Amino acid sequence: MSKLQNAIVGGVRTAMGYVPGNWLPGGTPDPLIERRVTLGTQQSRVDGPDKVRGAAHFAAEVPMEGLLYAACVHSTIPRGRITELDVAAAETAPGVALVMTHRNAPKMAVPPPIGLTNLKAAGNNILPVMQDAEIRWNGQTVAVVLAETQEQADLAASLIKVGYEAAVARTRFEKAKADARTPDSLMIEKNRLKKGDVAVALQAAARSVDAIYRTPWHNHTPIEPNAATIAWKGDRLTVHDATQMLNGTAGSLAKVFGIKESQVYVSSPFVGGGFGGKALWDHQILGAAAAKLAGRPVRIALSRASMVRLIGGRSPTEQRVALAAAADGRLKGLLHHGFSVKPPHSACDEAFTLTSRSLYASESFDVVQHTIDLDVLANTFMRAPGEAPGTFALESAMDELAHELGMDPIELRRRNVPDRNPVSGAPHSQSDVMLAYDLGAKRFGWDRRAAAPRSRREGEWLIGMGCATGSFPYARMPGMTVRITLDGSGHATVSSAAHEMGMGTATVQRQHTADRLGLPLESVTVTIGDTSLPFGSFAGGSSQTASLGAAINAASGKLAVELLRLAGNDTPLAGLRPAEIEFVNGGLRKIGEPSRYESFVSILKRAARDQISVTGVSSAPLEMLKFSMHSRSAIFCELLVSDVTGEVRVDRLVGCFDCGRILNPKTAASQFRGGMIMGIGMALTEEALFDERTGRVMSASIADYHVPAHLDVPDIDILWTDIPDPRTPMGARGIGEIGITGVAAAIANAAFNATGKRVRELPLTPDKFLFA
Amino acid sequence: MRSFDYRRAADRTEALSIAGEGRARYLGGGTNLVDLMRQNIEAPAALVDVSRLPDSIEETPTGGLIIGAAVSNSVVAVHPAVRTQYPMLSRALLAGASAQIRNMATIGGNILQRTRCAYFYDVAGSRCNKREPGAGCDAIDGHNRYHAIFGASERCIATHPSDMCVALAALDATVHLLGPGGEREVRLLDFHRLPGEHPEIETVLRPGELITAIELDPSAAAANSRYRKVRDRSSYAFALVSVAAGLEVVGGRIEDVRIALGGVAAKPWRAVRAEGLLRGQAPTRARFLEAADAELAAAKSFHGNAFKVELAKRTVAAVLGELTGADA
Repeated sequence: MSKLQNAIVGGVRTAMGYVPGNWLPGGTPDPLIERRVTLGTQQSRVDGPDKVRGAAHFAAEVPMEGLLYAACVHSTIPRGRITELDVAAAETAPGVALVMTHRNAPKMAVPPPIGLTNLKAAGNNILPVMQDAEIRWNGQTVAVVLAETQEQADLAASLIKVGYEAAVARTRFEKAKADARTPDSLMIEKNRLKKGDVAVALQAAARSVDAIYRTPWHNHTPIEPNAATIAWKGDRLTVHDATQMLNGTAGSLAKVFGIKESQVYVSSPFVGGGFGGKALWDHQILGAAAAKLAGRPVRIALSRASMVRLIGGRSPTEQRVALAAAADGRLKGLLHHGFSVKPPHSACDEAFTLTSRSLYASESFDVVQHTIDLDVLANTFMRAPGEAPGTFALESAMDELAHELGMDPIELRRRNVPDRNPVSGAPHSQSDVMLAYDLGAKRFGWDRRAAAPRSRREGEWLIGMGCATGSFPYARMPGMTVRITLDGSGHATVSSAAHEMGMGTATVQRQHTADRLGLPLESVTVTIGDTSLPFGSFAGGSSQTASLGAAINAASGKLAVELLRLAGNDTPLAGLRPAEIEFVNGGLRKIGEPSRYESFVSILKRAARDQISVTGVSSAPLEMLKFSMHSRSAIFCELLVSDVTGEVRVDRLVGCFDCGRILNPKTAASQFRGGMIMGIGMALTEEALFDERTGRVMSASIADYHVPAHLDVPDIDILWTDIPDPRTPMGARGIGEIGITGVAAAIANAAFNATGKRVRELPLTPDKFLFA
Repeated sequence: MRSFDYRRAADRTEALSIAGEGRARYLGGGTNLVDLMRQNIEAPAALVDVSRLPDSIEETPTGGLIIGAAVSNSVVAVHPAVRTQYPMLSRALLAGASAQIRNMATIGGNILQRTRCAYFYDVAGSRCNKREPGAGCDAIDGHNRYHAIFGASERCIATHPSDMCVALAALDATVHLLGPGGEREVRLLDFHRLPGEHPEIETVLRPGELITAIELDPSAAAANSRYRKVRDRSSYAFALVSVAAGLEVVGGRIEDVRIALGGVAAKPWRAVRAEGLLRGQAPTRARFLEAADAELAAAKSFHGNAFKVELAKRTVAAVLGELTGADA
């Protein structure tokens, strides 16, 4: 992102400063905050029964006649040229229909990158796909085999011989730091933040900490590997995909193949876990290209090994955090610097310093991050990109500072939590992280914590408690569109190209629509999941619920207008303006005058209409520039560390979340809990084994890449403050990403409390506790 | 995966005669072999399924146990005689894999598991002398956190992944074999080979030979035994280090002691040196540490697994401490 962007965003921000809050979206609090019927109640997922019965078809399960199965051959060097490509044995192997290489692949354009400004782009790895003999990372696809069965394709792929002329590759993080770049901006924030003089503050501080924290490469390991079932009909392309970016994928594939967006249909009604990894990567492009060449439909379902070669992961980070504090704990200086990998062909900033710009008040700030260019597959978004590794560093450092000060870690935070954005001065839309701490501490039993490390033990097991703050910014995407169709029976259907990755999108928006339109739940159907529906922005950045919420709200306003128009003069509603009416009991009613009411059924019947349809769009999210908007959490952990082996066993986790109003306690608790389990993985087990000699990921199976097993996951208690955010639809902020944040720090802090050993490098494997 | 023939043997004689016909492998639960075939590491022309041979667990005339090779890990783990007379074996089995895999896996197959070295698995992209003799070893200077600290060679530093075999090594189990030349018995301790110049040759099994059973001798040390596995997550991970140990203390002196280590070598590693130092001594924590120190003195670690030396020492001492009530 550029200097130009900084100027634009900065300019708009400044302008927003002069605009009264009530002119903006969210200026008047959403009436649903007070008028909730089904929102806030526990509702089971509408997609649950189909999933349990196996009736939900995922991308690799869509039946199709004449289907060919794809297998990929991946490069084994990080950089160089293909000099030999012997496909003869593969071509004559049983069942093989096609071997595609750069020699016969169709001409394709480079996919457009995911960005905040182009919602019709979903590209992650912005490089030519099979257009030349160049090798650009270890794992790049050099051949795709299509065969009648997956087994035949896999076998034939193993028969292909590839020779390379290797070139010098940049694969070493430490070495590449010397050539690191400093981007001008991170997402919509200016990268470099300097306020006051942190160096002076550090020198003068009563207490300070200054340490380096490291997090490793992580790979995406959703239960459903990336997959697509693809068919061409003439120049129309159909892709049954596993994606969290339907329209982005359609728009990108249109660009790649030089066709119109309207010629691409992408369907993805169910996704088996997204977490940032389900966007456009090479496999959909290769699958579509091969289908085109073969003249038959293609299924390309990635193996776990192909996943690590073709689906990017979370960049490793090296972060320096230095904190200077007065004797009373107030921060005088906050420094957060560091490095992450972002090659030029990547679209993802691992913006790990963002939290440090808003979470605490400090007299001075010195925050900046640098990106390292390696010859690797593009890094990408993974649950709470930035904040997940960033909160590990910042919140570990806060714990270190509390220890230095001899102060309770919660008290230290209480003294530094600001009442407005500490850098921009923007007011919070709503923020009460200390209430989250208070509620969480009570539930957890924080008062039982012994401040001195190594104070508690049971046999060989040292027991410790720790806490940390989690954080993720609010986002609402402009452009998200819904259509509401109201039929003659008073049933509403809401449709949008939105995404269901397991979080309960349709379930919650059905509740929302029912409350918004004054309907019972059973009178609302939500249809999502393909590009024939109104335009959907991506399911990412914890933005989808708010974006859909805004679009439905906008559509409901239009529906009111349309219904009043249809109702005409022969109605109790005659003469009323939209602002004077409300949706209630399956109809419209004058606010404050219950007798002036007419039902939808009656209005449509009198107008002789079978149905009416309106669309609504999520407007420009100017509130995000006017207000400081973040979800926060307080995470608590109690754990055991073996004094013999260094094994860490998490015994208890409590997460208390300050994310505005909770819309559905059941789906919300699952989201939070799932995020926290991912946090356990980040803390204790997850690490992609990247071989720096070759740029090759060696943990190419889920036997080698450790996500937590059931036994690693203890009781997890979830609670929330449930304070509505007056600036957001329904009073809610996103909850998808925040669950993972703060967890690794809470666990590392608890491990320090147990052992007295401060581990600053994830994951916290047994060996790191063996030596003093 | 390459195409292969599949035959189910009705009995051992038939199994042997089918296997004798060509390049066949015996198939137990398939929990490792089939994976290796999917990865194109193994490509047998035929599989002879011996997993359904009518095997059982029987007492021997000397009071020991003979466990048929086709008995599943789950069945052995919960067998009353195994749980009471050989608890380290029961625990080792339960420390391995997942419940589903243990239900499929057989005792015979478990002994023949192959290493989980990531470079061994990476057929397309990595060099491995075990997979392709003479190709070189990418693990020696690569990711070798899980690799050997005993018995490695310049050709190979892989470890044997079995938990069960560590207990069998400590129990000094006997492996019963049936081959074209007839029956024979091999000590479990002599069954696996260290890599030396030929890491591709992992056992002393002769062509066509079938593991038919393992035999355990009873002992007081076997009955007073434990297995402890240290790993990167609580379950479903291979051992960083594991310890199988049994102790008999008579009159305040160690009469019999068995210690074997897992995750440290290409075979289950019997800690003969430590045992020798402990026999006849009083069971104290200091002695345990001293014995463990002496055993690990011969260890040779690599940049990724140096921690295993300390970890193995501590774990040996802790397990012995647990068995005797001496403080870990």
